[in-house]
Amino acid sequence: MRKSKGLKKGTLPVYIILWIASILSIFPFYWMFVMATRPSAAYNSIPPTLLPGDQLVENFMKVLDTIPFFQAMWNTILLCTTVTLAVLLISSLAGFAFAKFEFPGKNFFFILILLTMVIPPQLGLIPQFYLVSQLGWLDTLLGAGVLFLLNPLGIFLMRQYISESVPDELMEAAKLDGCSNFRIFRSIVLPIIKPAFATLGIIVFTLVWGEFLWQFTVLRDPASYTLQVALASLNNAFRVDFGMLLSGVFWATVPLIIIFLIFNRWFISSITEGSIK
Amino acid sequence: MESVQKRQQASKVKKSTTQMSEKKKDMLSGYLYIAPFFIIFGIIGLYPAVFSIVLAFQDWNGLGEMDFVGLSNFVVVLQDPLFWKSLYNTVIIGLMGTAPQLVVGIILAYFLNMAVIRFTNFFRVTIFMPYITSMVAVALVFGVFFSSSETALANYVIGLFGMDPVSWKTSEWGAKIAISLMVFWRWVGYNTIIYLAGLQSIPKDLYEAATIDGAGKVQQFLHITIPMLKPFIILTVFMSTVGALQLFAEPAVFLGSSAFNRDEAMTVVMYLYRDAFNLGSFGTASATAVLLLIIIVGAAALNTWLTSGVGRKQKRRAFTK
Repeated sequence: MRKSKGLKKGTLPVYIILWIASILSIFPFYWMFVMATRPSAAYNSIPPTLLPGDQLVENFMKVLDTIPFFQAMWNTILLCTTVTLAVLLISSLAGFAFAKFEFPGKNFFFILILLTMVIPPQLGLIPQFYLVSQLGWLDTLLGAGVLFLLNPLGIFLMRQYISESVPDELMEAAKLDGCSNFRIFRSIVLPIIKPAFATLGIIVFTLVWGEFLWQFTVLRDPASYTLQVALASLNNAFRVDFGMLLSGVFWATVPLIIIFLIFNRWFISSITEGSIK
Repeated sequence: MESVQKRQQASKVKKSTTQMSEKKKDMLSGYLYIAPFFIIFGIIGLYPAVFSIVLAFQDWNGLGEMDFVGLSNFVVVLQDPLFWKSLYNTVIIGLMGTAPQLVVGIILAYFLNMAVIRFTNFFRVTIFMPYITSMVAVALVFGVFFSSSETALANYVIGLFGMDPVSWKTSEWGAKIAISLMVFWRWVGYNTIIYLAGLQSIPKDLYEAATIDGAGKVQQFLHITIPMLKPFIILTVFMSTVGALQLFAEPAVFLGSSAFNRDEAMTVVMYLYRDAFNLGSFGTASATAVLLLIIIVGAAALNTWLTSGVGRKQKRRAFTK
Protein backbone atom coordinates (compact mmCIF):
# COMPACT_ATOMS: atom_id res chain seq x y z
CA MET A 1 0.00 0.00 0.00
CA ARG A 2 2.79 2.33 0.97
CA LYS A 3 4.60 1.71 -2.31
CA SER A 4 1.64 2.30 -4.59
CA LYS A 5 1.58 5.99 -3.77
CA GLY A 6 5.13 7.07 -4.60
CA LEU A 7 7.70 5.73 -7.00
CA LYS A 8 8.78 2.14 -6.62
CA LYS A 9 12.28 1.72 -5.30
CA GLY A 10 15.00 1.94 -7.93
CA THR A 11 12.76 3.24 -10.69
CA LEU A 12 13.85 6.88 -10.41
CA PRO A 13 16.78 6.58 -12.89
CA VAL A 14 14.44 4.89 -15.36
CA TYR A 15 11.93 7.73 -15.06
CA ILE A 16 14.70 10.29 -15.49
CA ILE A 17 15.90 8.64 -18.70
CA LEU A 18 12.36 8.33 -20.06
CA TRP A 19 11.66 11.99 -19.25
CA ILE A 20 14.86 13.08 -20.98
CA ALA A 21 13.94 11.01 -24.06
CA SER A 22 10.43 12.49 -24.09
CA ILE A 23 11.63 16.06 -23.70
CA LEU A 24 14.26 15.66 -26.43
CA SER A 25 11.57 14.19 -28.67
CA ILE A 26 9.16 17.04 -28.11
CA PHE A 27 11.54 19.98 -27.80
CA PRO A 28 12.00 20.58 -31.57
CA PHE A 29 8.20 20.82 -31.93
CA TYR A 30 8.02 23.38 -29.14
CA TRP A 31 11.00 25.30 -30.41
CA MET A 32 9.51 25.36 -33.92
CA PHE A 33 6.40 26.95 -32.42
CA VAL A 34 8.48 29.51 -30.48
CA MET A 35 10.42 30.49 -33.59
CA ALA A 36 7.19 30.73 -35.60
CA THR A 37 6.02 33.44 -33.21
CA ARG A 38 9.26 35.43 -33.19
CA PRO A 39 10.96 37.80 -35.61
CA SER A 40 13.81 36.21 -37.55
CA ALA A 41 16.42 37.96 -35.40
CA ALA A 42 15.28 36.03 -32.32
CA TYR A 43 17.42 33.05 -33.17
CA ASN A 44 20.46 35.29 -32.78
CA SER A 45 19.79 36.25 -29.19
CA ILE A 46 21.89 35.01 -26.30
CA PRO A 47 20.66 33.39 -24.14
CA PRO A 48 18.37 31.67 -26.67
CA THR A 49 14.71 32.60 -26.93
CA LEU A 50 12.57 29.87 -25.38
CA LEU A 51 9.24 31.64 -24.91
CA PRO A 52 6.67 32.44 -27.63
CA GLY A 53 6.49 35.96 -29.01
CA ASP A 54 3.79 37.92 -30.84
CA GLN A 55 4.67 37.44 -34.51
CA LEU A 56 2.52 34.33 -35.11
CA VAL A 57 0.25 36.00 -37.67
CA GLU A 58 2.95 38.19 -39.27
CA ASN A 59 5.24 35.25 -39.94
CA PHE A 60 2.45 33.20 -41.45
CA MET A 61 1.50 36.12 -43.69
CA LYS A 62 5.07 36.15 -44.97
CA VAL A 63 4.76 32.42 -45.71
CA LEU A 64 1.61 33.10 -47.72
CA ASP A 65 3.50 35.78 -49.69
CA THR A 66 6.34 33.37 -50.52
CA ILE A 67 4.65 30.05 -51.32
CA PRO A 68 1.11 29.08 -52.29
CA PHE A 69 0.61 27.48 -48.87
CA PHE A 70 -3.11 26.68 -48.97
CA GLN A 71 -2.86 25.47 -52.55
CA ALA A 72 -0.02 23.15 -51.48
CA MET A 73 -2.02 21.96 -48.47
CA TRP A 74 -5.02 21.22 -50.70
CA ASN A 75 -2.78 19.45 -53.26
CA THR A 76 -1.28 17.32 -50.50
CA ILE A 77 -4.62 16.35 -48.98
CA LEU A 78 -6.04 15.55 -52.42
CA LEU A 79 -2.95 13.51 -53.35
CA CYS A 80 -2.82 11.57 -50.08
CA THR A 81 -6.55 10.82 -50.02
CA THR A 82 -6.77 9.65 -53.63
CA VAL A 83 -3.64 7.52 -53.44
CA THR A 84 -4.74 5.98 -50.12
CA LEU A 85 -8.18 5.03 -51.44
CA ALA A 86 -6.69 3.60 -54.64
CA VAL A 87 -4.08 1.57 -52.74
CA LEU A 88 -6.74 0.22 -50.37
CA LEU A 89 -8.81 -0.96 -53.32
CA ILE A 90 -5.91 -2.44 -55.30
CA SER A 91 -4.40 -4.15 -52.24
CA SER A 92 -7.63 -5.57 -50.86
CA LEU A 93 -8.61 -7.01 -54.25
CA ALA A 94 -5.20 -8.63 -54.76
CA GLY A 95 -4.99 -9.71 -51.11
CA PHE A 96 -8.42 -11.33 -51.46
CA ALA A 97 -7.26 -13.22 -54.56
CA PHE A 98 -4.08 -14.45 -52.89
CA ALA A 99 -5.90 -15.45 -49.71
CA LYS A 100 -8.97 -17.21 -51.10
CA PHE A 101 -8.53 -18.28 -54.73
CA GLU A 102 -6.45 -20.97 -56.38
CA PHE A 103 -4.96 -20.15 -59.75
CA PRO A 104 -1.91 -21.33 -61.69
CA GLY A 105 1.15 -19.18 -61.10
CA LYS A 106 -0.15 -17.89 -57.75
CA ASN A 107 3.13 -18.55 -55.95
CA PHE A 108 5.14 -17.06 -58.78
CA PHE A 109 3.15 -13.84 -58.65
CA PHE A 110 3.43 -13.69 -54.89
CA ILE A 111 7.21 -14.07 -54.98
CA LEU A 112 7.30 -11.34 -57.63
CA ILE A 113 5.60 -9.01 -55.12
CA LEU A 114 8.20 -10.00 -52.53
CA LEU A 115 10.94 -8.99 -54.96
CA THR A 116 9.38 -5.60 -55.66
CA MET A 117 9.76 -4.84 -51.96
CA VAL A 118 13.53 -5.24 -52.21
CA ILE A 119 14.15 -3.04 -55.27
CA PRO A 120 15.11 0.45 -54.08
CA PRO A 121 12.79 3.11 -55.51
CA GLN A 122 15.76 5.09 -56.87
CA LEU A 123 16.62 2.36 -59.38
CA GLY A 124 13.74 3.32 -61.66
CA LEU A 125 13.78 7.05 -60.90
CA ILE A 126 15.07 8.23 -64.28
CA PRO A 127 12.83 6.07 -66.51
CA GLN A 128 9.89 6.83 -64.24
CA PHE A 129 10.56 10.53 -64.66
CA TYR A 130 10.92 10.05 -68.43
CA LEU A 131 7.67 8.06 -68.58
CA VAL A 132 5.73 10.64 -66.60
CA SER A 133 7.11 13.49 -68.70
CA GLN A 134 6.23 11.64 -71.94
CA LEU A 135 2.67 11.23 -70.67
CA GLY A 136 2.55 14.97 -69.99
CA TRP A 137 2.05 14.34 -66.28
CA LEU A 138 4.88 16.56 -65.01
CA ASP A 139 3.58 19.22 -62.60
CA THR A 140 0.37 17.24 -62.06
CA LEU A 141 -0.87 15.35 -59.03
CA LEU A 142 -1.43 12.37 -61.32
CA GLY A 143 2.30 12.26 -62.01
CA ALA A 144 3.12 12.79 -58.35
CA GLY A 145 0.75 10.07 -57.21
CA VAL A 146 1.13 7.30 -59.77
CA LEU A 147 4.32 5.93 -58.22
CA PHE A 148 2.68 5.36 -54.84
CA LEU A 149 0.04 3.06 -56.31
CA LEU A 150 2.72 0.39 -56.24
CA ASN A 151 2.49 -0.79 -52.65
CA PRO A 152 3.50 -4.44 -52.18
CA LEU A 153 3.26 -4.15 -48.38
CA GLY A 154 -0.47 -3.47 -48.77
CA ILE A 155 -1.03 -6.80 -50.51
CA PHE A 156 0.89 -8.63 -47.77
CA LEU A 157 -1.18 -7.04 -45.02
CA MET A 158 -4.46 -7.64 -46.80
CA ARG A 159 -3.70 -11.25 -47.70
CA GLN A 160 -2.74 -11.94 -44.09
CA TYR A 161 -5.79 -10.25 -42.66
CA ILE A 162 -8.28 -11.77 -45.11
CA SER A 163 -6.99 -15.32 -44.71
CA GLU A 164 -7.19 -14.97 -40.92
CA SER A 165 -10.51 -13.22 -40.55
CA VAL A 166 -12.76 -14.20 -43.47
CA PRO A 167 -14.06 -17.75 -42.83
CA ASP A 168 -14.15 -20.10 -45.84
CA GLU A 169 -17.58 -21.38 -44.70
CA LEU A 170 -19.05 -17.92 -45.03
CA MET A 171 -17.79 -17.67 -48.60
CA GLU A 172 -19.12 -21.12 -49.49
CA ALA A 173 -22.51 -20.28 -48.02
CA ALA A 174 -22.62 -17.07 -50.03
CA LYS A 175 -21.66 -18.99 -53.16
CA LEU A 176 -24.47 -21.49 -52.60
CA ASP A 177 -26.83 -18.55 -52.41
CA GLY A 178 -25.57 -17.55 -55.86
CA CYS A 179 -23.32 -14.67 -54.88
CA SER A 180 -20.70 -13.71 -57.46
CA ASN A 181 -17.11 -13.39 -56.30
CA PHE A 182 -17.22 -9.63 -56.59
CA ARG A 183 -20.43 -9.50 -54.57
CA ILE A 184 -18.70 -11.59 -51.89
CA PHE A 185 -15.82 -9.11 -51.90
CA ARG A 186 -18.13 -6.14 -51.60
CA SER A 187 -20.64 -7.36 -49.04
CA ILE A 188 -18.65 -9.88 -46.98
CA VAL A 189 -14.92 -9.15 -47.25
CA LEU A 190 -14.95 -5.35 -47.20
CA PRO A 191 -16.93 -4.99 -43.95
CA ILE A 192 -14.72 -7.55 -42.20
CA ILE A 193 -11.39 -5.99 -43.18
CA LYS A 194 -12.16 -2.44 -42.01
CA PRO A 195 -9.50 -2.60 -39.23
CA ALA A 196 -6.88 -3.59 -41.80
CA PHE A 197 -7.99 -0.62 -43.91
CA ALA A 198 -7.27 1.65 -40.96
CA THR A 199 -3.77 0.21 -40.54
CA LEU A 200 -2.86 0.33 -44.23
CA GLY A 201 -4.59 3.67 -44.70
CA ILE A 202 -2.43 5.29 -42.00
CA ILE A 203 0.74 3.76 -43.46
CA VAL A 204 0.02 4.96 -47.01
CA PHE A 205 -1.30 8.39 -46.01
CA THR A 206 1.75 9.27 -43.88
CA LEU A 207 4.10 7.81 -46.50
CA VAL A 208 2.72 9.98 -49.30
CA TRP A 209 2.41 13.00 -46.99
CA GLY A 210 6.11 12.89 -46.10
CA GLU A 211 7.76 11.56 -49.28
CA PHE A 212 10.10 14.04 -50.92
CA LEU A 213 12.40 12.73 -53.68
CA TRP A 214 9.72 11.81 -56.23
CA GLN A 215 7.47 14.82 -55.56
CA PHE A 216 10.52 17.09 -55.75
CA THR A 217 11.49 15.51 -59.08
CA VAL A 218 8.07 15.70 -60.74
CA LEU A 219 6.59 18.93 -59.36
CA ARG A 220 8.48 21.99 -60.64
CA ASP A 221 5.63 24.48 -61.07
CA PRO A 222 4.73 26.23 -57.77
CA ALA A 223 1.00 25.85 -58.49
CA SER A 224 1.43 22.07 -58.40
CA TYR A 225 3.59 22.00 -55.26
CA THR A 226 2.74 19.68 -52.43
CA LEU A 227 3.55 20.77 -48.87
CA GLN A 228 6.95 19.08 -48.75
CA VAL A 229 8.15 20.60 -52.02
CA ALA A 230 6.76 24.01 -51.07
CA LEU A 231 8.44 23.90 -47.65
CA ALA A 232 11.77 22.86 -49.15
CA SER A 233 11.56 25.81 -51.56
CA LEU A 234 11.31 28.16 -48.55
CA ASN A 235 14.90 27.24 -47.72
CA ASN A 236 16.30 28.15 -51.13
CA ALA A 237 16.50 31.91 -50.73
CA PHE A 238 19.94 33.41 -50.27
CA ARG A 239 18.96 34.98 -46.94
CA VAL A 240 16.38 32.79 -45.26
CA ASP A 241 13.90 34.37 -42.86
CA PHE A 242 13.93 31.78 -40.08
CA GLY A 243 10.74 33.02 -38.42
CA MET A 244 8.88 32.70 -41.71
CA LEU A 245 10.51 29.36 -42.51
CA LEU A 246 9.56 27.70 -39.22
CA SER A 247 6.11 29.26 -39.36
CA GLY A 248 5.59 27.41 -42.63
CA VAL A 249 6.90 24.17 -41.16
CA PHE A 250 4.77 24.63 -38.06
CA TRP A 251 1.48 25.14 -39.89
CA ALA A 252 2.28 22.30 -42.29
CA THR A 253 3.01 19.93 -39.39
CA VAL A 254 0.13 20.86 -37.07
CA PRO A 255 -2.63 19.00 -38.99
CA LEU A 256 -0.74 15.71 -38.89
CA ILE A 257 0.14 16.14 -35.21
CA ILE A 258 -3.51 16.67 -34.33
CA ILE A 259 -4.55 13.59 -36.33
CA PHE A 260 -1.75 11.65 -34.65
CA LEU A 261 -2.67 12.72 -31.11
CA ILE A 262 -6.29 11.67 -31.68
CA PHE A 263 -5.49 8.32 -33.32
CA ASN A 264 -2.09 7.65 -31.69
CA ARG A 265 -2.93 4.05 -30.79
CA TRP A 266 -3.69 3.23 -34.40
CA PHE A 267 -0.60 5.00 -35.64
CA ILE A 268 1.63 3.07 -33.26
CA SER A 269 -0.01 -0.29 -33.95
CA SER A 270 0.22 0.36 -37.71
CA ILE A 271 4.00 0.36 -37.33
CA THR A 272 4.19 -3.00 -35.62
CA GLU A 273 1.58 -4.59 -37.86
CA GLY A 274 3.11 -3.13 -40.99
CA SER A 275 6.62 -4.29 -40.25
CA ILE A 276 6.35 -7.53 -38.33
CA LYS A 277 3.84 -9.53 -40.34
CA MET B 1 -30.97 -50.59 -65.62
CA GLU B 2 -28.62 -49.40 -68.27
CA SER B 3 -30.53 -46.23 -68.85
CA VAL B 4 -30.52 -45.46 -65.13
CA GLN B 5 -26.77 -45.95 -65.03
CA LYS B 6 -26.34 -43.73 -68.03
CA ARG B 7 -28.46 -41.05 -66.47
CA GLN B 8 -26.43 -41.27 -63.28
CA GLN B 9 -23.26 -40.97 -65.28
CA ALA B 10 -24.64 -38.04 -67.18
CA SER B 11 -25.60 -36.24 -63.99
CA LYS B 12 -22.15 -36.92 -62.60
CA VAL B 13 -20.56 -35.39 -65.68
CA LYS B 14 -22.92 -32.46 -65.43
CA LYS B 15 -22.01 -32.00 -61.77
CA SER B 16 -18.33 -32.08 -62.51
CA THR B 17 -18.67 -29.55 -65.30
CA THR B 18 -20.51 -27.14 -63.04
CA GLN B 19 -17.77 -27.70 -60.48
CA MET B 20 -15.19 -27.08 -63.17
CA SER B 21 -16.84 -23.83 -64.12
CA GLU B 22 -16.94 -22.82 -60.46
CA LYS B 23 -13.21 -23.48 -60.28
CA LYS B 24 -12.63 -21.65 -63.51
CA LYS B 25 -14.64 -18.72 -62.21
CA ASP B 26 -12.44 -18.57 -59.13
CA MET B 27 -9.34 -18.75 -61.32
CA LEU B 28 -10.60 -15.91 -63.46
CA SER B 29 -11.47 -13.88 -60.39
CA GLY B 30 -8.02 -14.52 -59.02
CA TYR B 31 -6.31 -13.19 -62.14
CA LEU B 32 -8.77 -10.33 -62.45
CA TYR B 33 -8.22 -9.16 -58.88
CA ILE B 34 -4.43 -9.22 -59.00
CA ALA B 35 -4.43 -7.60 -62.45
CA PRO B 36 -4.63 -3.93 -61.32
CA PHE B 37 -1.51 -4.31 -59.19
CA PHE B 38 0.47 -6.15 -61.83
CA ILE B 39 -0.51 -3.79 -64.65
CA ILE B 40 0.72 -0.88 -62.54
CA PHE B 41 3.76 -2.90 -61.50
CA GLY B 42 4.61 -3.59 -65.14
CA ILE B 43 4.34 0.04 -66.19
CA ILE B 44 5.92 1.92 -63.29
CA GLY B 45 7.90 -0.81 -61.53
CA LEU B 46 9.33 -3.48 -63.81
CA TYR B 47 9.67 -1.47 -67.02
CA PRO B 48 11.58 1.43 -65.39
CA ALA B 49 13.84 -0.99 -63.51
CA VAL B 50 14.77 -2.84 -66.71
CA PHE B 51 15.02 0.44 -68.65
CA SER B 52 17.37 1.76 -65.97
CA ILE B 53 19.70 -1.21 -66.34
CA VAL B 54 19.67 -0.79 -70.14
CA LEU B 55 20.30 2.95 -69.79
CA ALA B 56 23.35 2.29 -67.65
CA PHE B 57 25.08 1.06 -70.82
CA GLN B 58 23.96 3.97 -73.04
CA ASP B 59 24.93 7.55 -73.59
CA TRP B 60 21.69 9.56 -73.40
CA ASN B 61 20.58 13.04 -72.37
CA GLY B 62 16.87 12.25 -72.40
CA LEU B 63 16.19 13.79 -75.82
CA GLY B 64 18.41 12.55 -78.64
CA GLU B 65 19.28 9.02 -79.69
CA MET B 66 20.84 6.51 -77.37
CA ASP B 67 24.38 5.35 -78.00
CA PHE B 68 25.55 2.03 -76.68
CA VAL B 69 28.77 2.73 -74.81
CA GLY B 70 29.44 -0.53 -73.01
CA LEU B 71 30.80 -0.18 -69.52
CA SER B 72 32.11 3.35 -69.94
CA ASN B 73 29.34 4.91 -67.77
CA PHE B 74 30.43 2.67 -64.93
CA VAL B 75 34.07 3.59 -65.56
CA VAL B 76 33.21 7.30 -65.50
CA VAL B 77 31.29 6.96 -62.22
CA LEU B 78 33.84 4.71 -60.56
CA GLN B 79 36.67 7.05 -61.53
CA ASP B 80 34.84 10.10 -60.21
CA PRO B 81 36.23 11.05 -56.78
CA LEU B 82 32.88 12.70 -56.00
CA PHE B 83 31.11 9.33 -56.30
CA TRP B 84 33.46 7.81 -53.74
CA LYS B 85 33.10 10.85 -51.53
CA SER B 86 29.31 10.57 -51.67
CA LEU B 87 29.48 6.85 -50.89
CA TYR B 88 31.80 7.59 -47.96
CA ASN B 89 29.43 10.31 -46.70
CA THR B 90 26.43 8.00 -47.02
CA VAL B 91 28.12 5.22 -45.06
CA ILE B 92 29.42 7.52 -42.31
CA ILE B 93 26.10 9.35 -41.87
CA GLY B 94 24.31 5.99 -42.04
CA LEU B 95 26.48 4.49 -39.29
CA MET B 96 26.29 7.56 -37.04
CA GLY B 97 22.58 8.02 -37.60
CA THR B 98 21.35 4.45 -37.28
CA ALA B 99 23.73 2.37 -35.15
CA PRO B 100 23.09 4.34 -31.90
CA GLN B 101 19.35 3.97 -32.55
CA LEU B 102 19.67 0.23 -32.07
CA VAL B 103 21.15 0.56 -28.60
CA VAL B 104 19.00 3.47 -27.44
CA GLY B 105 15.87 1.90 -28.94
CA ILE B 106 16.39 -1.37 -27.07
CA ILE B 107 17.06 0.44 -23.78
CA LEU B 108 13.99 2.67 -24.11
CA ALA B 109 11.82 -0.29 -25.09
CA TYR B 110 13.14 -2.29 -22.16
CA PHE B 111 12.23 0.54 -19.77
CA LEU B 112 8.80 1.03 -21.33
CA ASN B 113 8.14 -2.69 -20.92
CA MET B 114 8.94 -2.70 -17.17
CA ALA B 115 5.78 -3.55 -15.23
CA VAL B 116 6.54 -1.03 -12.49
CA ILE B 117 6.78 1.98 -14.80
CA ARG B 118 3.68 4.17 -15.06
CA PHE B 119 2.60 6.71 -17.73
CA THR B 120 4.07 4.37 -20.35
CA ASN B 121 1.49 5.46 -22.90
CA PHE B 122 2.52 9.09 -22.49
CA PHE B 123 6.19 8.22 -22.95
CA ARG B 124 5.39 5.98 -25.92
CA VAL B 125 3.41 8.70 -27.72
CA THR B 126 6.00 11.43 -27.13
CA ILE B 127 8.97 9.27 -28.10
CA PHE B 128 7.17 8.14 -31.25
CA MET B 129 6.04 11.64 -32.27
CA PRO B 130 9.17 12.62 -34.27
CA TYR B 131 8.42 9.80 -36.71
CA ILE B 132 5.20 11.42 -37.95
CA THR B 133 7.06 14.62 -38.83
CA SER B 134 8.09 14.67 -42.47
CA MET B 135 11.78 14.45 -43.35
CA VAL B 136 11.59 17.90 -44.94
CA ALA B 137 10.14 19.44 -41.78
CA VAL B 138 12.83 17.77 -39.65
CA ALA B 139 15.58 18.97 -41.96
CA LEU B 140 14.27 22.55 -41.90
CA VAL B 141 13.89 22.71 -38.11
CA PHE B 142 17.33 21.18 -37.60
CA GLY B 143 18.61 23.53 -40.31
CA VAL B 144 17.75 26.52 -38.12
CA PHE B 145 18.93 24.78 -34.95
CA PHE B 146 22.25 24.00 -36.64
CA SER B 147 22.45 27.19 -38.66
CA SER B 148 25.94 28.25 -39.66
CA SER B 149 25.77 31.41 -37.56
CA GLU B 150 27.89 31.53 -34.42
CA THR B 151 24.78 32.21 -32.37
CA ALA B 152 22.87 29.15 -33.58
CA LEU B 153 21.13 27.29 -30.76
CA ALA B 154 23.34 24.25 -31.37
CA ASN B 155 26.43 26.41 -30.91
CA TYR B 156 24.96 27.88 -27.72
CA VAL B 157 24.41 24.34 -26.38
CA ILE B 158 27.92 23.10 -27.17
CA GLY B 159 29.22 26.43 -25.79
CA LEU B 160 27.75 25.43 -22.42
CA PHE B 161 30.19 22.52 -22.52
CA GLY B 162 33.04 24.83 -23.35
CA MET B 163 33.26 23.98 -27.05
CA ASP B 164 33.91 26.48 -29.82
CA PRO B 165 31.12 27.27 -32.30
CA VAL B 166 30.96 24.98 -35.34
CA SER B 167 30.05 25.98 -38.87
CA TRP B 168 27.45 23.19 -39.17
CA LYS B 169 26.58 23.52 -42.83
CA THR B 170 30.00 23.99 -44.34
CA SER B 171 32.36 21.84 -42.29
CA GLU B 172 33.17 18.22 -43.04
CA TRP B 173 32.05 16.79 -39.68
CA GLY B 174 29.59 19.51 -38.70
CA ALA B 175 27.26 18.68 -41.61
CA LYS B 176 27.57 14.93 -41.04
CA ILE B 177 26.87 15.17 -37.31
CA ALA B 178 23.86 17.45 -37.80
CA ILE B 179 22.35 15.16 -40.45
CA SER B 180 23.07 12.02 -38.39
CA LEU B 181 21.35 13.63 -35.41
CA MET B 182 18.21 14.38 -37.38
CA VAL B 183 18.10 10.83 -38.72
CA PHE B 184 18.55 9.54 -35.17
CA TRP B 185 15.91 11.88 -33.73
CA ARG B 186 13.28 10.96 -36.32
CA TRP B 187 13.72 7.16 -36.23
CA VAL B 188 14.64 6.20 -32.68
CA GLY B 189 11.00 6.17 -31.55
CA TYR B 190 10.01 4.02 -34.51
CA ASN B 191 12.60 1.40 -33.60
CA THR B 192 11.62 1.61 -29.92
CA ILE B 193 8.03 0.71 -30.87
CA ILE B 194 9.21 -2.30 -32.87
CA TYR B 195 11.46 -3.50 -30.03
CA LEU B 196 8.64 -2.94 -27.56
CA ALA B 197 6.38 -5.19 -29.63
CA GLY B 198 9.22 -7.73 -29.60
CA LEU B 199 9.65 -7.56 -25.84
CA GLN B 200 5.93 -8.00 -25.30
CA SER B 201 6.04 -11.20 -27.36
CA ILE B 202 8.57 -12.83 -25.00
CA PRO B 203 6.76 -15.23 -22.64
CA LYS B 204 6.94 -14.10 -19.00
CA ASP B 205 7.61 -17.60 -17.63
CA LEU B 206 11.05 -17.59 -19.31
CA TYR B 207 12.07 -14.81 -16.92
CA GLU B 208 10.39 -16.51 -13.97
CA ALA B 209 12.29 -19.73 -14.63
CA ALA B 210 15.55 -17.79 -14.93
CA THR B 211 14.87 -15.97 -11.67
CA ILE B 212 14.28 -19.32 -9.94
CA ASP B 213 17.59 -20.55 -11.38
CA GLY B 214 19.22 -17.51 -9.79
CA ALA B 215 19.99 -15.48 -12.93
CA GLY B 216 20.40 -11.73 -12.32
CA LYS B 217 18.71 -8.97 -14.33
CA VAL B 218 21.78 -8.38 -16.51
CA GLN B 219 22.18 -12.10 -17.24
CA GLN B 220 18.47 -12.33 -18.07
CA PHE B 221 18.81 -9.37 -20.42
CA LEU B 222 21.82 -10.89 -22.22
CA HIS B 223 20.63 -14.50 -22.37
CA ILE B 224 16.87 -14.18 -22.71
CA THR B 225 15.93 -10.70 -23.93
CA ILE B 226 18.57 -10.19 -26.63
CA PRO B 227 18.29 -13.68 -28.21
CA MET B 228 14.48 -13.57 -28.15
CA LEU B 229 14.57 -10.09 -29.67
CA LYS B 230 16.82 -11.27 -32.50
CA PRO B 231 14.21 -11.37 -35.29
CA PHE B 232 13.20 -7.81 -34.42
CA ILE B 233 16.82 -6.66 -34.33
CA ILE B 234 17.45 -8.23 -37.72
CA LEU B 235 14.36 -6.49 -39.09
CA THR B 236 15.43 -3.05 -37.83
CA VAL B 237 19.04 -3.52 -38.96
CA PHE B 238 17.81 -4.50 -42.42
CA MET B 239 15.45 -1.53 -42.67
CA SER B 240 18.02 0.92 -41.27
CA THR B 241 20.67 -0.28 -43.72
CA VAL B 242 18.39 0.03 -46.74
CA GLY B 243 17.01 3.38 -45.58
CA ALA B 244 20.40 4.88 -44.72
CA LEU B 245 21.81 4.10 -48.16
CA GLN B 246 18.85 5.90 -49.77
CA LEU B 247 19.33 9.12 -47.79
CA PHE B 248 18.29 12.14 -49.84
CA ALA B 249 15.72 14.52 -48.35
CA GLU B 250 17.57 15.30 -45.12
CA PRO B 251 20.89 16.50 -46.59
CA ALA B 252 19.29 18.05 -49.69
CA VAL B 253 16.85 20.15 -47.68
CA PHE B 254 19.22 20.84 -44.77
CA LEU B 255 21.78 22.45 -47.06
CA GLY B 256 19.20 24.32 -49.15
CA SER B 257 20.34 25.97 -52.36
CA SER B 258 23.97 24.94 -51.91
CA ALA B 259 23.10 21.24 -51.45
CA PHE B 260 24.30 20.08 -54.86
CA ASN B 261 27.35 22.34 -55.01
CA ARG B 262 29.07 21.11 -51.87
CA ASP B 263 30.49 17.70 -51.06
CA GLU B 264 30.51 17.52 -47.23
CA ALA B 265 27.13 15.84 -47.09
CA MET B 266 26.47 14.70 -50.65
CA THR B 267 24.93 11.21 -50.59
CA VAL B 268 24.82 8.61 -53.37
CA VAL B 269 21.19 9.42 -54.21
CA MET B 270 22.05 13.13 -54.34
CA TYR B 271 24.96 12.31 -56.66
CA LEU B 272 22.57 10.32 -58.85
CA TYR B 273 19.99 13.13 -58.83
CA ARG B 274 22.60 15.74 -59.69
CA ASP B 275 23.90 13.68 -62.62
CA ALA B 276 20.42 13.13 -64.04
CA PHE B 277 18.57 16.37 -63.40
CA ASN B 278 21.25 19.04 -63.01
CA LEU B 279 23.79 17.75 -65.52
CA GLY B 280 21.44 15.86 -67.88
CA SER B 281 23.58 12.75 -68.00
CA PHE B 282 21.02 9.95 -67.76
CA GLY B 283 23.52 7.23 -68.64
CA THR B 284 25.93 7.79 -65.79
CA ALA B 285 23.03 8.46 -63.41
CA SER B 286 21.56 5.08 -64.34
CA ALA B 287 24.94 3.45 -63.86
CA THR B 288 24.98 5.00 -60.38
CA ALA B 289 21.48 3.62 -59.76
CA VAL B 290 22.63 0.12 -60.71
CA LEU B 291 25.70 0.48 -58.48
CA LEU B 292 23.45 1.66 -55.66
CA LEU B 293 21.23 -1.40 -56.10
CA ILE B 294 24.27 -3.66 -55.82
CA ILE B 295 25.54 -1.77 -52.76
CA ILE B 296 22.15 -1.91 -51.03
CA VAL B 297 21.64 -5.62 -51.67
CA GLY B 298 25.21 -6.36 -50.59
CA ALA B 299 25.09 -4.23 -47.43
CA ALA B 300 21.66 -5.49 -46.43
CA ALA B 301 22.77 -9.10 -46.86
CA LEU B 302 26.03 -8.49 -44.97
CA ASN B 303 24.38 -6.70 -42.06
CA THR B 304 21.58 -9.24 -41.78
CA TRP B 305 24.16 -12.02 -41.77
CA LEU B 306 26.25 -10.24 -39.14
CA THR B 307 23.29 -9.59 -36.83
CA SER B 308 22.02 -13.16 -37.05
CA GLY B 309 25.59 -14.31 -36.37
CA VAL B 310 25.77 -12.32 -33.13
CA GLY B 311 22.65 -14.04 -31.85
CA ARG B 312 23.94 -17.47 -32.85
CA LYS B 313 27.18 -17.04 -30.96
CA GLN B 314 25.31 -16.01 -27.87
CA LYS B 315 22.99 -18.98 -28.09
CA ARG B 316 25.93 -21.35 -28.43
CA ARG B 317 27.57 -19.79 -25.41
CA ALA B 318 24.35 -20.19 -23.45
CA PHE B 319 24.27 -23.86 -24.39
CA THR B 320 27.87 -24.56 -23.45
CA LYS B 321 27.25 -22.99 -20.07
